[in-house]
Amino acid sequence: MFTEPLLSGITLGGIYALIAMGLTLQYGVARIMNLSYGESLVAAAFAALWLFTSVSVNPLIGLFVIVPLAGIINWLIYRILLVPLVKRAPSRDALEVDSILATFGLLFVAQGVMLAIFGGNYFSYDFLSIPVKIFGATISASRLLALGFAVVIGLALYLGLTRTRAGTAIRAVAVDPVSAQLVAIDVRATAAFAYALGGALVAAGGVLVSMFLTFNANLGVVFTMKALIVVIMGGVGNLLGCLVAGLILGLTETFVATYVDPGLTLAATYIIFILVLLLRPQGLFGTRRS
Amino acid sequence: MKFNAKLLAGLVTAVAIGLGAPSLSAQDAPKSIKIGYAISKTGPNAGGANITQIPNYQLWVQEVNAKGGLMLKAYGKRIPIEVVEYDDRSNSEEAVRAVERLIEQDKVDLLFPPWGTGINLAVGPTFHKHGYPQLTFSAVTDRAPDLAKRWPNSFWFLGTSKQYIDALVDLLVKLRKEGKINDQIAMVSVADGFGIDLSKAARAGFEKAGFKIVFDKSYPIGTQDMSPIIGEAQRSKADTFVAFSYPPDTVAITDQARLTSYAPKVMFTGVGTGFPLFPQRFGDNVEGIISLGGWSRDNKGTMEYREKIRKLVNRDPDYWGSQIGYASLQMLEQAIERVGKIDRPAIIKELQTGTFDTVLGKIKLENNQPKDAFWLIGQWQNGVFTGVAPHRAGAADFIVPKPAWKK
Repeated sequence: MFTEPLLSGITLGGIYALIAMGLTLQYGVARIMNLSYGESLVAAAFAALWLFTSVSVNPLIGLFVIVPLAGIINWLIYRILLVPLVKRAPSRDALEVDSILATFGLLFVAQGVMLAIFGGNYFSYDFLSIPVKIFGATISASRLLALGFAVVIGLALYLGLTRTRAGTAIRAVAVDPVSAQLVAIDVRATAAFAYALGGALVAAGGVLVSMFLTFNANLGVVFTMKALIVVIMGGVGNLLGCLVAGLILGLTETFVATYVDPGLTLAATYIIFILVLLLRPQGLFGTRRS
Repeated sequence: MKFNAKLLAGLVTAVAIGLGAPSLSAQDAPKSIKIGYAISKTGPNAGGANITQIPNYQLWVQEVNAKGGLMLKAYGKRIPIEVVEYDDRSNSEEAVRAVERLIEQDKVDLLFPPWGTGINLAVGPTFHKHGYPQLTFSAVTDRAPDLAKRWPNSFWFLGTSKQYIDALVDLLVKLRKEGKINDQIAMVSVADGFGIDLSKAARAGFEKAGFKIVFDKSYPIGTQDMSPIIGEAQRSKADTFVAFSYPPDTVAITDQARLTSYAPKVMFTGVGTGFPLFPQRFGDNVEGIISLGGWSRDNKGTMEYREKIRKLVNRDPDYWGSQIGYASLQMLEQAIERVGKIDRPAIIKELQTGTFDTVLGKIKLENNQPKDAFWLIGQWQNGVFTGVAPHRAGAADFIVPKPAWKK
């Protein structure tokens, strides 16, 4: 009775974290508040669906095609579309506002393209939807896999960011792009890399959630909202924060649904979100910006 | 010779005017009949609108134009249809604005309804104010009879939530009497228009019939993790599981039930159960699941209609609203041709009183709603979502218990 909500809460939380990790890089390091983020996720889900149903490529193999491709596309988007904004922005706050407007436009372009290709229908396919028993609770293999990926990606990136030279550069840019230049970090290249990496991560999330979620071309905004909450709660730019915040939200939702009322899940998550904003406005793992 | 022809023409005209025959002639005929609609091409409603509604509009216009258009007796010829389409972005205000624009700027002759209960209610006053017939076929509301009175131009093809619940309760009462199910029901619903309406009607209907609702919860729209809900329903020991859900949750609920081998004897899921996505996703596992709507397997018209939709959009129609919608368009077509010109009050009158030939068979409306024209509850049987209730001639036998999940 207790292990069931615990396990499904952990998997749900892992999925939330997975969905949000790309955004924390794009927003935290590249300082682009990407409103078309959810659309990137849905696009990757569509790509996985197409590969699976038309060419019968297993989504897990599809990851190896879709993720690098998304990285390249996002890098190009940053270099072509966003660099002019970065260049003319007098401050980071101004860049945030500009990027919101630009990516808001991008959202409609991406959504329009997907609508033109796939129409507005719902899609869902059956892959790895097999029950796995753990401690007496039953969970679908695909959800478990998504959780596994979230943990692996989260930890790998956390280690990569804290233990490697390139990672340190990324963190330096996240903390202070002006001072980062003083120690010979190519801020623009680093930001482009972080943005592309974020794009690759969201694509991985999209492929993985497409295995068990029903989606359509209009669902992007739902993911953007969820990701934004997780990112802000965990601390902008912090991957570990992402993982923890995702897990807190996932566990809250399933425990509230099991022991209180499924109708109160959203209310409970927003209460926690507000509490975090009130008590730690910089997020659970965030550092206060001076 | 020349003189004679002129005289003849003059005489004919004089006689025509004298007899009060329509003074309209082929030359006065409009180039086209303009039909406009605002529908959710984007936003949360797009999924439903794209399955149930838009293909019907496309198919009907294509078919009518292939014949050369609608036959208007007043002009003695067929007049092709021209379509003006707007996206309401799943937003009521946007839909109202678009409908006003269609009427006032595009000057359309007729309007098709938007998708969904909420938006159809929102545009109702505008349709009514300008006297356009509103043939809704994706709106379920208990206020349908009142609305038909208040807005006589509005038609409510899908009927009221109570109708569906009554049909479901009748089915369950029969099963209980036969000892096939116990008197306990587990019910979940999405906390949004459809779920709230249906669960409210169901609560009253089940309790009146002496059923105990042992699990009754709602969940926020967008929820796709159904493990807590299915877990609790499973522990409740109810033989009947009812979910008033939207398409993504319908899929999630079914998947979770299959995953945990939850096998209620009667399993009812909400919107989306009749969508092509459902059998595509679950294959043979859909067998025995029930929901709203349903087709007659042996109705030739229905099956031909399915073929046409398959050809047009490369997938099946929805087994609930789709063919009812198409029937409503056939009725509109016949009403217009009987009236013979674009005379909206006369078309509305004809729709209210006439009898029409449709894919569903003969339909005559009562208080602007079809009566006994289609199945209210259907069950997946052998790859077709087959009508099993209300109990009348042609209803298929209800399969109980639902077959076990295949892995």
